[in-house]
Amino acid sequence: MTIRFTLNGRPVALDTDPGRRAVDILREDLGALSVKEGCGTGECGACSVLLDGELKLSCLLLAAQLEGREVVTCEGLGDQDAPHALQVAFAEHGAVQCGFCTPGMVLAAESLLRENPDPDREDVRRGLSGNLCRCTGYVKIVDAVQAAARERRGGRRKK
Amino acid sequence: MTRVLLPATLPELWEALAACPEAPLLAGGTDLLVRLRARRQRPEALVGLERLAELRTIRRQGRGLRIGALATHAMIARHPLVLRHAPVLARAVSEVGGPAIRNMGTLGGNLCTASPAGDSLPALAVLEARVELLSAGGTRLLPLSEFLLGPGRAALAPGEIVGAVRVPLSADFQVQHFEKAGRRAALAIAVVSLAVLARLEKGMVAEARLAVGSAAPTVLRCPEAEEFLRGRRLTLSALERAARAVRAAVRPIDDARASAGYRRQVAGNLLLRLADL
Repeated sequence: MTIRFTLNGRPVALDTDPGRRAVDILREDLGALSVKEGCGTGECGACSVLLDGELKLSCLLLAAQLEGREVVTCEGLGDQDAPHALQVAFAEHGAVQCGFCTPGMVLAAESLLRENPDPDREDVRRGLSGNLCRCTGYVKIVDAVQAAARERRGGRRKK
Repeated sequence: MTRVLLPATLPELWEALAACPEAPLLAGGTDLLVRLRARRQRPEALVGLERLAELRTIRRQGRGLRIGALATHAMIARHPLVLRHAPVLARAVSEVGGPAIRNMGTLGGNLCTASPAGDSLPALAVLEARVELLSAGGTRLLPLSEFLLGPGRAALAPGEIVGAVRVPLSADFQVQHFEKAGRRAALAIAVVSLAVLARLEKGMVAEARLAVGSAAPTVLRCPEAEEFLRGRRLTLSALERAARAVRAAVRPIDDARASAGYRRQVAGNLLLRLADL
């Protein structure tokens, strides 16, 4: 069956089993390797994507459900040449350790900032509460999200 | 190859169900896909409900709210009608999982999973919600207590789906409380949860409704404790007496998350928080 959707702004037409998981087709067929599979049961947030702008878990979505939708992964926010403010803030604040959880964290943060441009630390913790980091580096992640939020609101980035 | 049917209208849904009567129904997927994975099952067909826009709406209907079964926890948690008329439900669903799970999981799914720990269930129990069941043959309404039969068991007939939940307006209950005790704050299944509605007149309880989750095969109302609180102030000593009645009423189990004794103790303790309100 052919499934058509948009991935990071580009149209995709993929002939596949509609019962495969979205995380598998994104990684294996489409090379979106920022999408990680951690737990595979919706508990770690590493496979997060934005589906029509909403934060969802690609390990709990089937390929068929992507039909006609818009999928954004961390690759779609920015790349090394033109990084997104959150990606810059994560790098500058050392909010990455092994990096496995980072793409999911960045997407959860992006989703939070779209709803709440000026989150306090508790809001950030709650916004990222579905994302686990086994390196236990949450403090710097919260710092990074707040810094990116400040920048997005028009503040200068501290250099 | 798994067939995944995504009907966009009810007539299309009835056709899909007739064609694939054995197909599991997929709403938010947060329980079903985990379950299928654990059992290493790949069903021949799945019927997904997500494109049935008419099951996603939240609106006033008569003297209550009609919340479509496909409304997600996130939609319900921030919906102005729910926040105004049934805040206890908004509070309960805002404790489900984490943000992505709340964007996926649905109220209808939470009901049909019929877990003793389902976070929406104690709130729906104190609201005395009714479940609207749809089939090709028509609509029927069941009180929540008749819909939930036990762990994982709901009173759905073959060919029937949950279309909506009807919730009476509750804004005149000044006290609307939900609290969940879990192993950690987010993404934890409730060890015990409690929903409370109380209407106060001159500081005295005119009517109280209590429901405990995760402490019996299904959500449990506590009529003894409700009766005891009537005519009293929500003081710590009154709540301690009511908590004893709650501990006597619950029928918890031991499992990986907590012992029965701990659940019994906490089920009562959760009530004591009302003294701070």
